[in-house]
Amino acid sequence: MHVLDLDYMLGLLPILLGYLPLTLEMAGAGMLAALVLACLLAVVRVQRTPGLNALAMLFISFFRGTPLLVQLFLFYYGLPQILTFLVAINGITATILGLTLHFSAYMAESIRAAIVGVDRSQTEAALSIGMTQGQLMQRIVLPQATRVATPTLMNYFIDMIKATSLAFTLGVTELMGATQKEAAGSFLYFEAFLLAAIIYWIVVEILSWLQRRLEKRLNRAYQR
Amino acid sequence: MIALHGITKRFGTHSVFEDIDLTLEQGEIIVIIGPSGTGKSTLLRCINYLETPDAGRLTVGDLSLDVTRASRQEILALRRRTAFVFQSYALFANKTALDNICEGMIVVDGLSKAEAHARGREILERIGLADKANAYPASLSGGQQQRVGIGRAMAAKAEVILFDEPTSALDPEWVDEVLSLMKQLALERQTMIVVSHEMQFAREVADRVVFMDEGRIIEQGPPDELFTNPRDKRTQRFLRKVLANNPVV
Repeated sequence: MHVLDLDYMLGLLPILLGYLPLTLEMAGAGMLAALVLACLLAVVRVQRTPGLNALAMLFISFFRGTPLLVQLFLFYYGLPQILTFLVAINGITATILGLTLHFSAYMAESIRAAIVGVDRSQTEAALSIGMTQGQLMQRIVLPQATRVATPTLMNYFIDMIKATSLAFTLGVTELMGATQKEAAGSFLYFEAFLLAAIIYWIVVEILSWLQRRLEKRLNRAYQR
Repeated sequence: MIALHGITKRFGTHSVFEDIDLTLEQGEIIVIIGPSGTGKSTLLRCINYLETPDAGRLTVGDLSLDVTRASRQEILALRRRTAFVFQSYALFANKTALDNICEGMIVVDGLSKAEAHARGREILERIGLADKANAYPASLSGGQQQRVGIGRAMAAKAEVILFDEPTSALDPEWVDEVLSLMKQLALERQTMIVVSHEMQFAREVADRVVFMDEGRIIEQGPPDELFTNPRDKRTQRFLRKVLANNPVV
């Protein structure tokens, strides 16, 4: 029977941790870009901006309706054949682009739901004192929608961190890619992937803890 | 001066009211009464452009606009000259009592935060909630929330404050504190239009009571006259029904 090689795992830990920053950077960059894009999409959907609304719906439908892996392959292997200026695209950029587009489609829908959920009478109150649509969005609606959307958005962020592991299929050596290489050298697949799993798990747990603190803060105004 | 000329509102093919004329002098207090569903609230909402009127002319102070071709700028200008108090209070849930009152002064009037807060605290003092400056709406009673709602309207320094059934959503125990704040404003000759079922308030405070039914102004006059000597049958019938339960003294 195979006994868990703890010494190997301990030795591997610093090596794998060395790739964690890249994983987090891809997820962080993807999340920031996705948030911006999702907010734009959500506002277009809520205000039913003529023309743009239909485009936003098509965008959301496509990126929710196809697997992330297919999208990544499409951007990295497929698109450069059509758009030659993309030939130079590297795996990291393609991953961030894929994560951004894919997750923004999901996030747009939850942000839209959160915006629509803000009490309509508050919108009227803001308009009644002479606020513009922009001021209303920025000062009244979005802050409250943020509170409602935060738990779901944090879940998407957690999902995105895990989804960065797909980058290894584009030849990026991030946490998953590094684990794969190390395991192939040592043949200790179980130890290597168990360690990778534990590292992802701990990162996600830390984020979940942050999420709970953030939610508590955001809920302050609503305590009776 | 506030003037409505030929104000008309339709929802689809259904006409809520046609050709409404109403004029108020500065400092005048009007209470609009009438059965539910006769367009009182909709009329009030048209003055603030929360509903877009289909025809007519609105004049508030030095601003006069034809509603069929009001520009976005004119609508903003109109809203800045009018303030609205909602039945459901409609306080900003993400802001404290003080910030609810200061929001418009900062964002719309461009006051500095310090100036706005100083004025906001004065208003909190006047509405009797100086100790609740940092309380969020969720922690306030209905009466307190509505007083903040009125405070927010006071902060707008509007030519007219529009009250849309301000006490209808309140538990009976909170009604008096809101009405007495409104009386205080009336004593200061704040121009206001109040849609209300509070007949006692109308009787005591209004300069003029307007009776609306089925989208028309049926009759209007000083409360003494309208309550004791209504001319129109519909006014008589309405008042009989309402006053039978709550006699006005």
